Amino acid sequence: MTTHEPREPERSDVFIALPDIDEETKRRLHDRLVREAQTAGLLDVAYRTIDSPVGPLLLAATAKGLVRVAYGCEDHEKVLERLARDLSPRILHAPARLDAAAKEIDEYFAGLRQGFDLPVDFSLARGFRRLVLTRLRAVSYGQTASYAAIAVAVGNPKAVRAVGTACATNPIPVVVPCHRVVRSDGSIGQYVGGVDAKKTLLTMEARPAD
Amino acid sequence: MSTILPPFEEIVITYGPTVLRVCRAVLGSMDADDAWSETFLAALRAYPTLRPGSNVEAWLVTIAHRKAIDQTRARARRPLPVDPLPERPAPSGEDRRDGDLWAVMKALPFKQRVAVAYHYVAGMPYADVAALIGGSQDAARRAAADGIAALRKTYGEGGLR
Repeated sequence: MTTHEPREPERSDVFIALPDIDEETKRRLHDRLVREAQTAGLLDVAYRTIDSPVGPLLLAATAKGLVRVAYGCEDHEKVLERLARDLSPRILHAPARLDAAAKEIDEYFAGLRQGFDLPVDFSLARGFRRLVLTRLRAVSYGQTASYAAIAVAVGNPKAVRAVGTACATNPIPVVVPCHRVVRSDGSIGQYVGGVDAKKTLLTMEARPAD
Repeated sequence: MSTILPPFEEIVITYGPTVLRVCRAVLGSMDADDAWSETFLAALRAYPTLRPGSNVEAWLVTIAHRKAIDQTRARARRPLPVDPLPERPAPSGEDRRDGDLWAVMKALPFKQRVAVAYHYVAGMPYADVAALIGGSQDAARRAAADGIAALRKTYGEGGLR
């Protein structure tokens, strides 16, 4: 006898009343998975979100270091999807792995820190863009530089637009200070986190230290 | 259909509860945590090679099934402890009915238990259940029906209480 398989198998009434798995159990199992994945070297990308004066920030790290900081306007879900595509889909929410990064960024926003000591991973930027980002780390807290000046500094004075693109696609904003790059005429220019966020950061950095 | 794999975190959030319930139905609450953890760690290892658009739930249940067989064999080799193992701290009230389920499930033969778990708890069609546990589709259907009948005799028609 042939019987047609229902597309949606019926769930027996015996199981209808099964309760949801409670949150505490989910958390415990998730924590254990993160721990075992890390021990086994399978946690390629760890991430968490933190609150900041410029909105929620997504932080993601590889074994090499901080690989991504993303503003809310970049859509964190999409950012994670792109990380899965560009780096590895072995991605887990693992806040503890980013404790050090979160602490330094918190201190920065509290005005207690002017530079970052955390290791960064430039895997998401290649070639000229990576060169620009590396150079940006030399623009210190409270200072600004023009797109043109950065182009000169990386040995390609005509590449002003490319410097702009490198800043606009900076995978690690805040920590790699593309917000300190402004237009030659003194106007603020664009920013990956929006112009308001850029103003907030520059205003904060311009405040005299207590 | 998506051509890229979503972050593994999404897989854990979406399918973790169902896989845990399947592990509990097949192995009981005591061993379910270990089986779940082994399943998701193995899945994480193999994940980058999974074809995008695959049936992720069936893939996870397949891995869980292998872990369940491993655990069942390991337990069969282990001599029975003289004293019963101490119970784990009772799960919170919400979870208690899962424990009741297992109390009845464990009286079923392994084949009925997995057939019931994969079809009724995981929602897999009998063709997939048969491919996973071996034997024909009809045999899988019979095993699940016999298992459900035994469960219903214990629980009555009103579901678990």
